[in-house]
Amino acid sequence: MSTKGKHDEQSAHRQLGLTDPEFDAICDLIGREPNGVELAMFSLLWSEHCAYKHSRKLLGNLPVEGERVVMGPGENAGAVSLPGGWAVAFKVESHNHPSAVEPFQGAATGVGGILRDVFALGARPIALLDSLRFGDIDSERSRFLFEGAVSGIGHYGNSIGVPTVGGEVYFEAPYEQNCLVNAMCIGLARSDEMIRSAAAGTGNALVLMGAATGRDGIGGASVLASAELESGDDAKRPTVQIGDPFEESKLVECCLELLAADLLVSLQDLGAAGLTSSAGEMASKGGVGVDIDVAKVPLREADMEPFEVMVSESQERMLAVVEPDQVDQVIEICQRWQTSAAAIGEVTDSGTVRILRDGEVVGEIAVEALVDEAPAYDLDPAEPGEWIYGNENSLDRRIGEIAGLGVDAAEDSAILAALLASPNIASKRWAFEQYDSIVGSRTGSGPEAADAAVLDIPEAGVAIATAIDGNGRRVACDPYRGTIEGVLECTANLACVGANPLGLTNCLNFGNPEKPTVAWQLTKSVEALTDVCKALDLPVVGGNVSLYNETADGPIYPTPVVGVVGELADATRVPGQAFEPAQTIALVGPFAPSLAGSELVKLRGELDQGLPGVEISEIAAAQGAVRDSVSSADGLTACHDISDGGLACAIAEMAIAGETGAECDLDGMIDARGCSGETALFGEGPGGFIVAGPDAALEALASRGVEVIRIGSTGGTLITIAAAERSVALSLADAATCWRSLEGRME
Amino acid sequence: MRFGVLQFPGSCDERDAIAACGRVGEAEMIWHESTDLSGVDAVVVPGGFSYGDYLRVGAIARFAPAMEAVTRFAADGGPVLGICNGFQVLCEAGLLPGALLPNEGRKFLCRQVDLEVVSADSVWLGATEPGQTLSIPVKHANGRWFAPDQTVDALEEAGQIALRYAAGQNPNGSTRDIAGVTNEAGNVMGLMPHPEHAVDAALTGSADGLEIFRSPALATA
Repeated sequence: MSTKGKHDEQSAHRQLGLTDPEFDAICDLIGREPNGVELAMFSLLWSEHCAYKHSRKLLGNLPVEGERVVMGPGENAGAVSLPGGWAVAFKVESHNHPSAVEPFQGAATGVGGILRDVFALGARPIALLDSLRFGDIDSERSRFLFEGAVSGIGHYGNSIGVPTVGGEVYFEAPYEQNCLVNAMCIGLARSDEMIRSAAAGTGNALVLMGAATGRDGIGGASVLASAELESGDDAKRPTVQIGDPFEESKLVECCLELLAADLLVSLQDLGAAGLTSSAGEMASKGGVGVDIDVAKVPLREADMEPFEVMVSESQERMLAVVEPDQVDQVIEICQRWQTSAAAIGEVTDSGTVRILRDGEVVGEIAVEALVDEAPAYDLDPAEPGEWIYGNENSLDRRIGEIAGLGVDAAEDSAILAALLASPNIASKRWAFEQYDSIVGSRTGSGPEAADAAVLDIPEAGVAIATAIDGNGRRVACDPYRGTIEGVLECTANLACVGANPLGLTNCLNFGNPEKPTVAWQLTKSVEALTDVCKALDLPVVGGNVSLYNETADGPIYPTPVVGVVGELADATRVPGQAFEPAQTIALVGPFAPSLAGSELVKLRGELDQGLPGVEISEIAAAQGAVRDSVSSADGLTACHDISDGGLACAIAEMAIAGETGAECDLDGMIDARGCSGETALFGEGPGGFIVAGPDAALEALASRGVEVIRIGSTGGTLITIAAAERSVALSLADAATCWRSLEGRME
Repeated sequence: MRFGVLQFPGSCDERDAIAACGRVGEAEMIWHESTDLSGVDAVVVPGGFSYGDYLRVGAIARFAPAMEAVTRFAADGGPVLGICNGFQVLCEAGLLPGALLPNEGRKFLCRQVDLEVVSADSVWLGATEPGQTLSIPVKHANGRWFAPDQTVDALEEAGQIALRYAAGQNPNGSTRDIAGVTNEAGNVMGLMPHPEHAVDAALTGSADGLEIFRSPALATA
C-alpha cells in the first residue's frame, strides 16, 4: 500500500469509523502512522462491535461467578456445568444491521455466527433460539423483513441440523427502520474436553479451516479498496455476508472430530473483523504474538490485497492453533470432511501481530495496542423529560380487524379479542413451523408448548430448559425496572417447566450511546441487569452489545435481550400451557397488575414513562415455589406466566392450547390487590402465574409458601372472566381465530 | 437386526436414525464413500441436506459410492428405508417411483401429522395394519411427492402406496395425499415424515415411528 500524506490518511481513518483522537492515539501507540493494512485492522478491532468502547466500563459489575460456571465472559461462549461431567455452553449475539439490509442472509449468517461461537468451545450445538423485533406489522417493509429473517433462520438452522426450539417476536414502530435479529445457540460438551481460544506454544502453527476467503463483508474497509483501485467501480462490494450452512455443517463435524482426537491446542471462530479479530484475540488471551502470511490463505479471488484478506468477513471459517507435527493429521481429517485447511502462520514470542505476504512484512502491530489499548469512553447520560417515542391509537383499527375475521365481540370482549390478535401476543406458529424444532431427538417442549423450551440431556441424566426474553417497550418506559422485569420474565418461564436457572447470557440492543438519552437507557439497564442477577444469584456467563441501532427517525426501544438456561430433572414431566377439563384455575404469586407499558396502553396510544417497582425477592420466592411444585410433580396440569396482554390473555392462551374453556371471577384478586377490573383483566407486570390442576395440587402449591388465589375452573367452550364492573366472554373458536391471525397477515 | 445408516456430508438426522434403530436392534453409521454393506441387514438413508442440496434435492447424493452399494443391496432384496432427504435420494436413484417437488406453500414446514397406512404389505410396514393411524412429524421444504396420474393409478393397483396423510393434513400438496411409497418388490420404502422422531412417547408424545423400524425383523423372522 502506498504511503499517503497525513490528510489522505486522515480521511481514510474517518471513513473507516475512527475519530481523529483515536487515530492520533494509534500513531502514538505504534510510534508512526499506520499503513493501510494496519489502519484497516485498527479500525475493526477498535470498533464498537469489537472493543465495546461505550459499554466496557458499565459491564464490569455484572456478577460472573457461580459454582456451576465453567466458562464466563471473554471466551467464545459461556458455559455452566451439568451432572456427570457435562457442560452446556450458550451465547446470544445480534445480527441487526445486516438483517435490516438483507434479512435472509443477515439472519442466516447471524445463526451461522452464533453456532461457530458455541462449537469453537468444543460443544456440539443442540439448540437455537431467536429474538426478533420489527416495525408495525401493517408496514410492508416490516413484513418483508420478518418473512426474510424467519426464512433465513430456518434455512441455516434446518440445513445444519440444529433445532430451533424457541424464541420471541415483537412488532413495534421504533424498530421500523432498524430491525433486531438476535440468535442464541446452546451446545453440549464434556466439561474437561472444552477448549479455550488463547493461543499458546511458540512455533505452533495457525491453521485456517473452512471456507475460502473472499471479498464479502469487507464493510467500511472497502474505502481502502477504492483508494487503491484506478477506477472506483469495483469498490461497491456487497457488505452483507453470504451464508453456506453446508460448509458449516462439515466444519462442525470436522472441528468436533479434531477435538475428540486431541489435535487442537486452541480454537477460535472467525466472526466480525475476520482474521484480524480472531488472530488478535487469540494472541492477546495467550500473551503471545502471531505471524500470518496472507499468501497462504486460500482465496476465492486471487488478486486480494493483504488488508482485504485480514478484514474479510467470509463465513464458515475457524482458526486453530496446532502443534507442528500434528498439522498433517489435522489437514487429513479436514480433507475427509471435504473442508479446506491451510497452515497460514505461527505463534511467536514477539508480542506482535505480523502480517506477511510471501514472507515480506506488510504490517506489524503490538497485540497490546491492537486489542488491549482500544479506548473506553465514559457516557454522558441524561434522563429525558418525557416519553420520546411516538404514540398511535390503533385499538379501533385492531377491533375492526376482529370483525373482519368474523369474530363478533363488543366492549371488553372486543378488547380481549384485539389483544389476542395483536401480533405481539398472537401465536407465532407462522414463523416457528418454518423451523426444524425436533432434529437431535432432545426436544421435549418445543415452540409454544410450554413457557420455556425443554431439551432432554440423557447423557447427564437431566434435562435443560431455556427461554429468551426482552420487552423493549417496557424498558423504554423505565430502563431500570423494565430490564429487571425482562430477567424475571425469563426466569418465570423456566419456573413454569420446573427448571432452576443456572446462567444468563445477554444481548444489549440500544441506539447511539453518544446521545445522552440512549446513554441513560444503557446505564440504567446495565445497572438493573447487575442488580437483578445479583439478587437472583444468577451468573452472567456471556454477552454481546449492539449499539447505534437508530436512524434519522430516532433510536430503537432500548432492548436488552436475555437468554437463561436452567436445569430440571425430567423432560417428560413438564405440564405445558394447555388447560385440561374440570380443573381449578388459580393465580399464583405477588402479581400486581398495572396498565403502565402494557399492550393495551400501547394500542390506545397512551404510552408514557414509568413502571411500578417490584420486590425481586418476593417474585423470586414465588417462582421458586412454582418451580418446586412443577418439578416435584405436585399434580399441576398447566402452568403459564402472566405476560403480554395480562391475565385475560394468559387464560385465553391456555384455553386455546387445551381446546378447553374457562370460567373465572377475579373479584378475590381485585379485593386483594385493590385494582380496577380493567387492570385486573389486562394489566401487566412480573410475578404472576396462572396454574390449573386438581384442588390437591393447588393446596400442595400453597403449602410451599406462595400466595394462591383461586379464580375459576376449566371446561366448556367459552372463556368468561368476570372482573368487578368489567367482564369478558369469548368462545374458544373466536379466541383461537384471533390468536391464530398472524398467518392471515403474512399471506 | 443390524441397521446401517448412511452419512453424507450435510446429513442432519443420521444420529437420530441410529438412536431409533438402536431401540429395536443394532445400528452403525455408513460413511458416504464406503461401499461395504456386508455387515448390515437393512439400510436407512436418513434426512438432512446431503451435500448441501443446493442442486435439486438428492440429485448429488445418488452418485455417492455408498448409493451404488445400496442399489445393489436393494436389488438383492435387502430392506432399504429412505426418510425425507433419503426418500428424495432414493427417487433420484430410481429405486422408488415419483419425484419430490417444493412444497405447495413454498415454505419449510415442521409439524406433527397423522398418517394412514394404505398398504402394509411391504417389508417396512409389516408391523402395522392397513387403515392404522400413525402420528409422525414432517419437516421439509421439498416434500410434495408427484407422479403422473397413470403412474399413480398403477402404483395404487400394485399396492405400492404405503402411507397417506390423514384427511385435511397434507402439509405439502403431494399427489393424492401420498406420504410414502414402496418399490414393486416391497423391500424399499421412502417417506417424507420422520419415524425416527416418533420413538419416545414420554418425550415427544408418539412412539408410532417404532412400528416402521420394527417391521424388517418381522419380515425376515
